Amino acid sequence: MLGKLTLDAIPYHEPIIVVTLAVVGVVGLLLAVALTKYKKWGYLWREWITSVDHKRLGIMYIILALVMLLRGFADAIMMRTQLAVATGGAEGYLPPEHYDQIFTAHGVIMIIFMAMPFMIGLMNIVVPMQIGTRDVAFPFLNNLSFWLAVSGALLVNISLGVGEFAKTGWVAYPPLSGLNYSPGVGVDYYIWALQISGIGTTLTGVNFLATVIKMRTPGMKLMHMPIFTWTCTWANILIVASFPILTGALAMLTLDRYLDFHFFTNDLGGNSMMYINLFWAWGHPEVYILVLPAFGIFSEVISTFTGKRLFGYKSMVLASGAISVLGFIVWLHHFFTMGSSANVNAFFGVTTMIIAVPTGVKLFNWLFTMYRGRLRFTTPVLWTLGFMVTFTIGGMTGVLLSVPGADYVLHNSLFLIAHFHNTIIGGAVFGYLAGFAYWFPKAMGYTLDEKWGKRAFWCWQIGFYCAFMPLYVLGFLGMTRRLNHSDNPDWNIWLYIACVGAFIIALGIACQLIQLYVSYRNREQNRDLTGDPWNGHTLEWASASPPQFYNFAVEPKVDDIDAFTEMKERGHAYHRPDSYAPIHMPKNTGVGFVMGMLLTAAGFGAVWHIWWLVIAALLGTLAAFLVRCYDNDVDYYVQPDEIERIEDAHLTAVQLDNTLKA
Amino acid sequence: MSSQNDAAHGSVKSYAVGFLLSVVLTVVPFWLVMSGGFDKWTTVITILVFAVVQIAVHLKYFLHLTLTNEEGRLNTLTFLFSALIIVLVVGLSIWIIYASNAMMMH
Repeated sequence: MLGKLTLDAIPYHEPIIVVTLAVVGVVGLLLAVALTKYKKWGYLWREWITSVDHKRLGIMYIILALVMLLRGFADAIMMRTQLAVATGGAEGYLPPEHYDQIFTAHGVIMIIFMAMPFMIGLMNIVVPMQIGTRDVAFPFLNNLSFWLAVSGALLVNISLGVGEFAKTGWVAYPPLSGLNYSPGVGVDYYIWALQISGIGTTLTGVNFLATVIKMRTPGMKLMHMPIFTWTCTWANILIVASFPILTGALAMLTLDRYLDFHFFTNDLGGNSMMYINLFWAWGHPEVYILVLPAFGIFSEVISTFTGKRLFGYKSMVLASGAISVLGFIVWLHHFFTMGSSANVNAFFGVTTMIIAVPTGVKLFNWLFTMYRGRLRFTTPVLWTLGFMVTFTIGGMTGVLLSVPGADYVLHNSLFLIAHFHNTIIGGAVFGYLAGFAYWFPKAMGYTLDEKWGKRAFWCWQIGFYCAFMPLYVLGFLGMTRRLNHSDNPDWNIWLYIACVGAFIIALGIACQLIQLYVSYRNREQNRDLTGDPWNGHTLEWASASPPQFYNFAVEPKVDDIDAFTEMKERGHAYHRPDSYAPIHMPKNTGVGFVMGMLLTAAGFGAVWHIWWLVIAALLGTLAAFLVRCYDNDVDYYVQPDEIERIEDAHLTAVQLDNTLKA
Repeated sequence: MSSQNDAAHGSVKSYAVGFLLSVVLTVVPFWLVMSGGFDKWTTVITILVFAVVQIAVHLKYFLHLTLTNEEGRLNTLTFLFSALIIVLVVGLSIWIIYASNAMMMH
């Protein structure tokens, strides 16, 4: 009846997990009580869970990302303290089978359930606004994509309390991840979490490509699109081209584990190298999917806060395109040591070095944008400057690793760990945090507290160097990754410093939580009345903050890259038209949520071999989808009188703000 | 929603041209093999060349990929990009696995 699931699956003998689950349970209960007491369940369902509004979905994506950041960071701090305690032969407080799950969960969560939702969240909020459209091409699909991402995240978190997570590292290489060496349910949780959320990501890529190609506001050519939209578009091209490879590789691993296939086994003609190859044929484009939108954010931030147009817009677009194509021919550098021929290694080493060139072009573009500008040192700018220094170091260690000979020495050492944290934290995460501070007033209607934002930045920045520079040293000293404990006195001091660094980053995260609280408390003083708090360049700043649910009452006409700057210079901004036309909008729907939850149940059933649950949940998903397909009541028109009321309120607020300033 | 069916569908003439070219491009390699009068490599290379031209003919006359309007350019570029990525990923994968196999198994 319950497949492999028994009461033994609940790890009640592990005090750390029990305490975590208790805390999660209490917080969840408090949340439920609060929602009931203030009668917000209906509001939550009508306005958020069923929403097809790209701005609301974007906010929910970022909430998901922040929650998962806390979870992934808890894993990180546990690993760092374990390694600081478990020196000189001591075993520390995390037994190997638990520690292995932690580093696997940390990697999976940070990449798939923190960075991806954060990036997709920012893209959701900003891209449709930047191209002057009212929603994405397929609003229901957008809602479904979000709930598929949540579904994957739920499976990862359920594995904490029911059963176990994979002990394979986030790459899950066979034969280790095969049935012989991982007979438990951990790898199955991994497979279904990635599979379900990966399909959501692919759908997002398709959705936003269609939006950008088909729904730009009149007059906006492709080479008029703001740079963030462009970098997101390149990322979406990479998503559409690379995520199917992951889906295929995981599907084959699933067949190996469930139906005794032999794609990646050691016997009967299987070849585990093909999994490694396919995983990174997806995995390498994936890191560019993460970092390209961050590059776009830095470009927007630098251009806005220097009060200048972006230097070399075209070269920025082309450099991103070059990175996207080159990103597809470097993946073997993740497994130089697999033992392909010298020619293969040389080819991929050279392409890896070449990809540093377009990235360098971007750095110079940002420097030249700042040159002779009047840089305002706001929080987003601090993140950007921190990125420029940190990411450059990460890029240089990357070029070092791209030499196959050097890689043979450094492969799987802590040098590698330091390198990729250097690029992913210093590149992608700093970018998202810059974007978070930059677009927060647009999404929420009030600006973030600058003082706590700057404190958060400095804690992150100092903490980062403190935590990861020692790992470069440890890599040279010969320490390999995924060690549970160590017995080498030369390593100890560096492990201690790294642990301190992790706690400084924890302070940074605490500052961010305080910042959110303080900003919310002071929201009345920090209201963004005009919708344009930074003197922005692009169309998202032409709307109110938070934007009208239909974004633009009249589709803006555009013939410039910095469309809103142009409108302000010509005096066309905040124009009040004589009359408004009705606006065609999509209706909210609960089908995406229902499908997401049913697929979570299907995934859970597949993990535990509860086949009736899998079949029932899949049939339910199909039924929900069919109901949606035959539903003709999916849209409505916003009437001119309502538009006029909303627009008048906004324009009056803008005028009031202008008079106050004058 | 009227724009959904605006894509070009070609004329009777273009379909006829495409059909004739396809027939010629199929019959010639067929005859080449059937007659048996050519050496192996001439036959293989000719078939390959005709196959590639055949693909181009199908794309132009039946799938209406063109470079003359924006829609067509977009479709063509998308097609070429996909083809490029597939050639890169599949081609390089074959090279990688073949080379590692050669290094380890022999």
